[in-house]
Amino acid sequence: MVSTNKDNVLVVLSLSGGNDGLNTVIPYNDGHYRDFRPNLGVPADSVIDLNGEIGMHPTMLPLKKYWDEGKLAVFLGIGYANPSYSHFRSMDIWHTCEPDSIGTEGWLGQVIKELDPNNEGQGVTGVNFGRGLPRALAKEGVPVASVGNLETYGLLTGIEGEDQRAEALDLFSKIYAPTVGGGFVSDYLRSTGTYARIGADILATATPKYTSNVEYSSSAVGQYMKNIAQTHLADLGTRVLFTTSPYNGFDTHANQAQLHSGLWTDVSANVDTFVTDLREHNASDNVVLFMFSEFGRRVGDNGSGTDHGAGSVAFALGENVKGGIYGVYPSLEPSQQEEGGNLKSSMDFRQVYATILEDWMGLDSNPINRGVFEKVPFL
Amino acid sequence: MAGSNDIALMAHLLRRAGFNASRDEVEAAAARGYDTVVEELLNPAPESGVADDLMLRYHPTYNHPGAIEINIQNWVYRMVNTEYQLKEKMALFWHMIFCAGHSKIDSGEEMGRMIQMFRDQGMGNFRELLMELSTSPAMVYYLDNCESHKTAINENYGRELLELFSMGVGMNDAFNYSEDDVKATARAFTGWNIAPPYPPFPYGRSPWEFRFDPADHDDSEKTFLGQSGNWNGDDILDMIADQQATARFISRHLYNYFVADEVPVPSWRQTPPKDEDTLVALEQAYFDSGYNITAMLRVLFNSDGFKNARYAKVKNPAEMVAGTLRMVGDHREEIKPGMFELSQEPKYMGMDLMNPPTVEGWHTGHEWIDSGTLVERINFAADYLGRTDLPGVRSMISRLMSQGDSLSPEQFVDSCADLVGCLNLTADTREQLVSHAGRGGALTHGSDAERAEFTRRSGEMFQIIASTSEFQFE
Repeated sequence: MVSTNKDNVLVVLSLSGGNDGLNTVIPYNDGHYRDFRPNLGVPADSVIDLNGEIGMHPTMLPLKKYWDEGKLAVFLGIGYANPSYSHFRSMDIWHTCEPDSIGTEGWLGQVIKELDPNNEGQGVTGVNFGRGLPRALAKEGVPVASVGNLETYGLLTGIEGEDQRAEALDLFSKIYAPTVGGGFVSDYLRSTGTYARIGADILATATPKYTSNVEYSSSAVGQYMKNIAQTHLADLGTRVLFTTSPYNGFDTHANQAQLHSGLWTDVSANVDTFVTDLREHNASDNVVLFMFSEFGRRVGDNGSGTDHGAGSVAFALGENVKGGIYGVYPSLEPSQQEEGGNLKSSMDFRQVYATILEDWMGLDSNPINRGVFEKVPFL
Repeated sequence: MAGSNDIALMAHLLRRAGFNASRDEVEAAAARGYDTVVEELLNPAPESGVADDLMLRYHPTYNHPGAIEINIQNWVYRMVNTEYQLKEKMALFWHMIFCAGHSKIDSGEEMGRMIQMFRDQGMGNFRELLMELSTSPAMVYYLDNCESHKTAINENYGRELLELFSMGVGMNDAFNYSEDDVKATARAFTGWNIAPPYPPFPYGRSPWEFRFDPADHDDSEKTFLGQSGNWNGDDILDMIADQQATARFISRHLYNYFVADEVPVPSWRQTPPKDEDTLVALEQAYFDSGYNITAMLRVLFNSDGFKNARYAKVKNPAEMVAGTLRMVGDHREEIKPGMFELSQEPKYMGMDLMNPPTVEGWHTGHEWIDSGTLVERINFAADYLGRTDLPGVRSMISRLMSQGDSLSPEQFVDSCADLVGCLNLTADTREQLVSHAGRGGALTHGSDAERAEFTRRSGEMFQIIASTSEFQFE
């Protein structure tokens, strides 16, 4: 499967709930870190050192080799000014690039519109894995398939018997066929139904074609990363693939030591499996994976967990990523913290978006970011 | 005995003034008569209308749930189960206009309280409802009135109160108020604030409370809609409630929600309403009754405009979910696991209850539908309508069998469409379904084997009907 001229693809994994950046990429030599994290501090000798000052959580070991290969970019202090501590609002801000007013158009919805203005991708230029469409992918007139489970995705999945279902789908095509004189709403429904069916038909071809030597975990992240690999490998023209870790899982107010380790064990293993899978199929060259969370967590722990915070970390991984550390770690010095004891963001998330948009998707970033943001040179 | 026209009209009323009903309920209501049922809907008892004791037994946090998801679950449970269907439908109506969202409020309990306020006050006096809204701590916070001070006003609540909650920007191509009126409103509402919260430790969060702070209220003279005085917020509400624009705005919302899809709200200034006569009658009822919502609803449900508007609206996701469950008879009058997952379904269909996308609310009508939400809608309804073990579906199938020992494909399709809410299929769709039914052989149910096959084919036909574009309407 060697090809020379493939379009670039963006995969986004949203770590929902507010990942504790401070215990993900750890300033393990900083005395303040020890002071603020008496209960949850990760011992210096167990972190995976990156540069002598900061290191990754020990459960992220599967990602170490990508760091060593120079394919893993780490963004420090990522966030935005005047942070919101609401999961939903902050997620919306990351999804719409509108921190000051409430936006309804997603940044990736706009990307899909730009990449495929005439819906030539039949609704699979962008695909979400999960139930319901994240706002990042929402834009009027942009059909985006939202897939709960790729193996069972489709219309009328409740009809038992292969022949019966095939017959029902055939009937569906006929009753949604274009008609004359039905009026605007009827026409709209018919064309939407037709898009939905064609999109489902296209996606249904992905899993039977797929073979692999790797094994994803049975967790939601594992299954969705597998679905993303299957979709990408099926060569359906999909350019944007999005998924979200299970609902607010990273919201570790209590029992964080165990929860956070479990989450990163799962994410790291499945990201590694994903990249390995693509490499084995010689299909990793045109993919960048971006991982983010809506905010970080409070600098000081609360005994067993951490509360909602602000500045955090994010990652990009891919064959074309220039690995390394980008940005500066926000100061843990109490006087330098955001009001409320949080890390002050030192990099705006839209700087990373600008790089992705301009240097990976080949688009003008300013209209989507709704402003001019200096790029981070990781691509 | 109610005739088929009476049954179709009753099915229409129960879909619109409630969250749909089973065929048995539709026929029983039709037998009581349209006028009687309208009055039943208009006069709910103050009680809750659902088995609170049972909910409390199985869901210990039922009374004061903190988590937003549990508030949403309890609301969907109530839509499916409450005896007082119109009251619940009005709670959703006001939630879709007086939008405040969990994404900012970040308190499930306060969202739940706001919906309860709509449930309690939503069919009463509109001026009082605006007062409840203006003193709702969740709304005060959502639209930043707590950030509006005598020395520096924040116009957010003042503006939305006029633009989205009462008068609307304009009508008949003219504007209903000026920017100075917005400022005057914001000034009149300074000091309408939230009491400082109790510290959350050690007993957790406490309910928010409204507090008027006279020291932060701008008591100087203001001019609002041409009238000058030292207006406070309640004076403004008096004047708003008495505006023709307010009567029109609320009437048009009622029409859009209960009768037929209108153009989106921002176009109302330039675009005349679909049915001027019905709107004039609603406005008349508004003023004659002293701003009483129930009086408007009585006029609405008795109008020809309403009675004739069958399937003129795209179902919203809450209607799709609760209406399907009520028709098939699942999660009704029994409490069992699964309601939590079901209550997430409207979100998958684009309606994240208690979290509207913006203060302007959801875009309704055909905008509920995109390729992702359509798949969710069809699969949800088809999965339930295909479950021939459910009481509502069983009853539909026994009605089909009672039509005769052997049904023609035409009879079969027409009866199935009739049983799924008296649906009118277009000629094209009907023709396709009839030819499908004809390919399956004779529709008889004499032997056990024939009965099993008849049942299977009925379930399948209900599923196919649930997948039609006609079924997306109500």
